[in-house]
Amino acid sequence: MKARKVFAKAYLWLVLLVLYAPIAFIFIFSFTEAKSLGNWTGFSLQLYKNLFTGSMQNSSALLSAVYNTLLIALIASVIATALGTIAAIGIYYLRGRKRQVMSFLNNIPMINPDIITGVSLFLLFVFLGVSQGYTTVVLAHVTFCTPYVVLNVMPKLHQLNPNIYEAALDLGATPAQALRKVLVPALRPGMISGFILSFTMSLDDFAVTFFTRGTIGLDTLSTFIYTDARKGGLTPELRPLMSIIFLIILVVLLVINIRQSKQSNK
Amino acid sequence: MAKNYIIDIQHLSKSFGDTRVLQDISFYVRKGEFVTLLGPSGCGKTTLLRMIAGFENPDEGTILLDGKDILELPPYRRPLNTVFQKYALFPHLDVYDNVAFGLKLQKVPEEEIDKRVEKVLKLVSMSDYEDRNVDSLSGGQQQRVAIARALINQPRVLLLDEPLAALDLKMRKDMQIELKEMHRKLGITFIYVTHDQEEALTLSDTIVVMNEGRIQQIGTPIDIYNEPVNAFVADFIGESNILGGRMIRDRRVSFIGHEFDCVDEGFGEDVPVDVVVRPEDIYFTTEPAKCQFKAKVNSCVFKGVHYEMWVDTDSGFELMIQDYDPYPVGSEVMLYIDPDDIQVMHKERLRNSFEGVVLGDGRVEFLDAEFEADTTGFAEGDEVEVSVEFDKVDLLDHEEEAEVSGNVAFILYKGNHYHLTVKTDSGQNIWVDTNDIWDKGDLVGIKILAKDIKLSKKAVADE
Repeated sequence: MKARKVFAKAYLWLVLLVLYAPIAFIFIFSFTEAKSLGNWTGFSLQLYKNLFTGSMQNSSALLSAVYNTLLIALIASVIATALGTIAAIGIYYLRGRKRQVMSFLNNIPMINPDIITGVSLFLLFVFLGVSQGYTTVVLAHVTFCTPYVVLNVMPKLHQLNPNIYEAALDLGATPAQALRKVLVPALRPGMISGFILSFTMSLDDFAVTFFTRGTIGLDTLSTFIYTDARKGGLTPELRPLMSIIFLIILVVLLVINIRQSKQSNK
Repeated sequence: MAKNYIIDIQHLSKSFGDTRVLQDISFYVRKGEFVTLLGPSGCGKTTLLRMIAGFENPDEGTILLDGKDILELPPYRRPLNTVFQKYALFPHLDVYDNVAFGLKLQKVPEEEIDKRVEKVLKLVSMSDYEDRNVDSLSGGQQQRVAIARALINQPRVLLLDEPLAALDLKMRKDMQIELKEMHRKLGITFIYVTHDQEEALTLSDTIVVMNEGRIQQIGTPIDIYNEPVNAFVADFIGESNILGGRMIRDRRVSFIGHEFDCVDEGFGEDVPVDVVVRPEDIYFTTEPAKCQFKAKVNSCVFKGVHYEMWVDTDSGFELMIQDYDPYPVGSEVMLYIDPDDIQVMHKERLRNSFEGVVLGDGRVEFLDAEFEADTTGFAEGDEVEVSVEFDKVDLLDHEEEAEVSGNVAFILYKGNHYHLTVKTDSGQNIWVDTNDIWDKGDLVGIKILAKDIKLSKKAVADE
């Protein structure tokens, strides 16, 4: 009995170790100056200093990549949230078979491998003669984020009283007012989780960005790191950068979880 | 048109795809009246209410409000408010903001909103709940808030779509009394949808009984209960014995093998009719002079206020009787019925009648199927009228062995046999008299013997 318990615990810790080892590894080695990863040359905050003062090689390119990543993620997820919410409402009010077909069509892009989405968008933009750059990357990100918003908003619609929109109209709201004052507030939790999901999907996308960014030298963090790594070794300052990103995401996740558990306790 | 009609509905029809949900609906509502649309689920009553509110559009017909056509107005421009079955409160707003929703849209000044919310919450006995989250309220409380939210806009007509259906029995009874009281106090016209006949009888000034998209009867609760116009209404409202009979002459009718005096006139002589007798209107007597027929009690069940007994009459019919005093099972009793309590109705139909086409070599097509029949005297391709007696239709358990299959849609017990309405797969009705017991919704096969299919030339209107 006791052996089994020990084994179960050990297994759990092993899984956690495997999951978090790479992150821990980067995190630990962000506090040393060694150029090549794996060498420990003593504790130092030099890499963090370099990152924030910009005294590293290529630092302006890195900063603009971070800036691009955040901006693209923000724009794409705002547009995707709006589009996805409207699409979810539309699909919800379809009848019978049509609704099934539309939900199915919505699910396909999510299962589709990124590389295929990327290549096909690339070919589409070439075919349409759209010059590739910022706009095409944002469009591409909106494309693969929107289905996730639909997926997040749909369950909220199902929980909703089916008469609630009609009740608003009945009380004198125009369709636009009913949408703004009743439907959107009721769907807000779904929209927020759809937005966060879109934002993170956009942040860590590589394949789609790589194929749609064109040749104007637009870099997001993922493409920057890829190019940087190919050029001969990872720039050491990326280690503190990744650690910081990880910490930010950890904090955001904790905040969301705590808020949710508080809400459900209410 | 008279001035006091607040709502005047004329010839409304509506189909969803192939199904006709409303057929030629016409009725009016007087100002201040409490009108109930009553019928089983799927009879079209909710669709009708949604049309008045503006959520559905009819295919044909008009709806007049104060004499003006409102069909072109979207729901938010109609001076009507709805109370929905499942409350439909806004979950992100508290009680106050839910109730104030309509007034805020109209940009009513803040102080006036405060005053009116307070007043209307007092009316529905929810005064201290202003700041409460609507999810924390019980079903009954939520419905009160929903009623307050609708009433605060001072609608010309309040539409209520089965507002009490989700509440438990005790709460429902209390709310019925309160609704009636509110209606009396406010003087607002109520149009109320329900499938609960008791609720309709309790609340309404006027009841509109609907079935299969058609109005069956319009009248006061007392009229509808005492003088149902057809077997459906008699069966749907309260308990009743519905029996086949013959009108011998004015004020004299025969049924269950006996003749009775009645008060109905104008049916003609020797005409087949349906007769309704309410179970509380059959009386026991010990005086042989009063006795109209004898029967044997075969079951007796205590129902709270009264006993419900089934008796077998000397002529082989089964009747339900309600009485305050029980009679032991197996005892012989003497019974009589007052002429006033016998309600005579026209028979809706005497036999099945279909449009058909002769196919040649002894076959005829009707009900979207082929049947063998005696086609002598008819040529291939002739359009004919097919008639089949109710008791000549056989129902089978195994629908695959029959020419046509269908669902049992409506069952009427007529004292010594069942009269079934069977809806065939092609959507037509066939009526069947049978001694077998079927349940509503049963899938059945329909078989008719060749000798029981009677063909006649289709009546062609001469040019």
